[in-house]
Amino acid sequence: MEVRLRTIAPDQELLKFYEQMYISREFEERCAEQYTKGHITGFLHLYSGQEAVSVGATAGLHRDDYILSAYREHAQAIVRGAEPRRVMAELFGKATGICKGKGGSMHLFDPSLNFMGGYAIVGGQFPIAVGLAFSARYRSEDRIAACFFGDGAVNQGTFHESLNWAQLWQLPVLFICENNFYGIGTEVHRSSALASIHKRTCGYDIPSEKVDGMDVMAVYRAVKYAAEKVRESGHPYFIEATTYRFRGHSMADPAKYRSAAEHEMWKARDPLPNYARRLIEEGIATREVLEAIEARCQTTVDEAVKFAEESPWPDDSAVWEDIYV
Amino acid sequence: MSEMTYRDALNLALKEEMRRDSSVFVLGEDVALYEGSFKVTRGLLAEFGEERVKDTPISENTIIGVSVGAAMGGLRPVAELMTVNFALLAMDQIINHMAKICFMFGGQTFLPMTIRMPGGGGSQLGAQHSQSLETYFMHCPGMYVLYPATPADAKGLLKSAIRNNNPVIFLEHELLYNSKGEVPEDPEYLVPIGTADVKRPGEHVTIVAYARMTVLALQAAEQLAEEGVSCEVVDLRSLAPLDEGSILASVRKTGRAVVVEECWRTCGLGAEITSRIYENCFDILKSPVKRVSGLDVPMPYSREIEKICLPRSETIRQAVMDVMSGAY
Repeated sequence: MEVRLRTIAPDQELLKFYEQMYISREFEERCAEQYTKGHITGFLHLYSGQEAVSVGATAGLHRDDYILSAYREHAQAIVRGAEPRRVMAELFGKATGICKGKGGSMHLFDPSLNFMGGYAIVGGQFPIAVGLAFSARYRSEDRIAACFFGDGAVNQGTFHESLNWAQLWQLPVLFICENNFYGIGTEVHRSSALASIHKRTCGYDIPSEKVDGMDVMAVYRAVKYAAEKVRESGHPYFIEATTYRFRGHSMADPAKYRSAAEHEMWKARDPLPNYARRLIEEGIATREVLEAIEARCQTTVDEAVKFAEESPWPDDSAVWEDIYV
Repeated sequence: MSEMTYRDALNLALKEEMRRDSSVFVLGEDVALYEGSFKVTRGLLAEFGEERVKDTPISENTIIGVSVGAAMGGLRPVAELMTVNFALLAMDQIINHMAKICFMFGGQTFLPMTIRMPGGGGSQLGAQHSQSLETYFMHCPGMYVLYPATPADAKGLLKSAIRNNNPVIFLEHELLYNSKGEVPEDPEYLVPIGTADVKRPGEHVTIVAYARMTVLALQAAEQLAEEGVSCEVVDLRSLAPLDEGSILASVRKTGRAVVVEECWRTCGLGAEITSRIYENCFDILKSPVKRVSGLDVPMPYSREIEKICLPRSETIRQAVMDVMSGAY
């Protein structure tokens, strides 16, 4: 039986989860639209379907905790607090973007939010997260590093090197695997000898657990518990959140390697309508309240697109800036 | 001034900077308890303790990635890769991450980190431990590349590297560790990044060199002086940024140039420097520029055939004579 939502968080918080998931989905779907119009170019990896992981996990962390991720990170940046319009402007390649239009979809970054980057080399963020955790301990700061990555990253050398290192040096790193079961078109069991990813940490004696990544409350509770455990002990911890991306790997991928039946099975577990239903059933919100939230998100994303469209391109001189300080 | 080895000058630079700034820490394979494969980190663990002098697993890519993260978090890591050859295992973190992060994140963060790497050939260590990879690093924007020839420069450049807010690749030549020279005792003695140094003034030919090649060039210049040829030896010290002004000023004075590089000839730094000389000094050159390079071969083990693969003072002398006589 499901735990009643009000026993987990106050109403205001519960509604915020819905708003964050909704704006994440809305933002991504508008990105797809803007990509087909040619306003967004390059690689575009959308997060639709995985919202419960980012929203639940971010809520379980402290504001001072570092977050690092891979290249499917728009929602993670926005949920952490990045302005949607500055993220959209970045995707448009405009000077007003969160990284001045130099990073693009895969390289969002905002140190004022302790959002320490989207990295586009699979597994590149692992050692950087370990280094940030070391700096926190070295400077006696009360914060941990949360490192998000996909199932495809767990066969990179940096995964194993970093798990070993984090445990060896006893560093406060929370590893969060977003297992959406496909590394581009290769299903987990075709790339990993041990497809149950959370079990792979036993070689490094790091405690781990598996959580339903389509359930925002399950992710929230697991990450909140894990983050406090990491904070108190100073040791690493590992969470595998099983989830699904409703779109292809990127906009260039029609995802023909997945069956319609599989897709439908996961669509039925879509975190947004299911969470909305629970909010209504448990008397936390009415349909009207949720619709007002949805309208607010749509307005924010509309404004983000308008802001991006109207923003200036970077000056040519920008290419020579920020290479060195 | 006091006389010390290149190794001890580096060791002193590390100690001075660690005393000066508590955010400086050292990490690498066998740098703490074992005090470094080349003993450059001798005495650090005893003086600074376990949190500032860190032995690491044999995980080169992660050594650099952890340094990147620590630098982003406000520390000044000085990583040692046991030799430059192992840097190839870390090229993802060096090129894709360290050299890109400041730019691709729009200048919102910076990485004050140094990577020390012993390297170079001539010790009969075989093909996998004798490489000169300086050009690999010079090719990529977003980091500096330093390579000292003397103990004084070793100290002054390493201190500048550690204090700099950009990532620095700091190369050290294994055959120079025991070389001796006068080193300033002043803890504020710094050699600025991006400046070459005329190690010997001359009139007839400019020899552009760096690291151990500078030592060989000075030996060749000494002998050539006895033969009536006056060589000006320009020691690059900083490979990136390259001090183009000092190179061109010297060539404009002498009208002739020999460029010496320990790395492979093809696409080596000698090709880059030669090209810049032609682009800027073509009209005043009295003779074509000549390169003295490592041979384009994997390094053999056997001493007798290894030595022909690397520049020697004799091959530098011959190149200078060729440039003087116009023999091509």
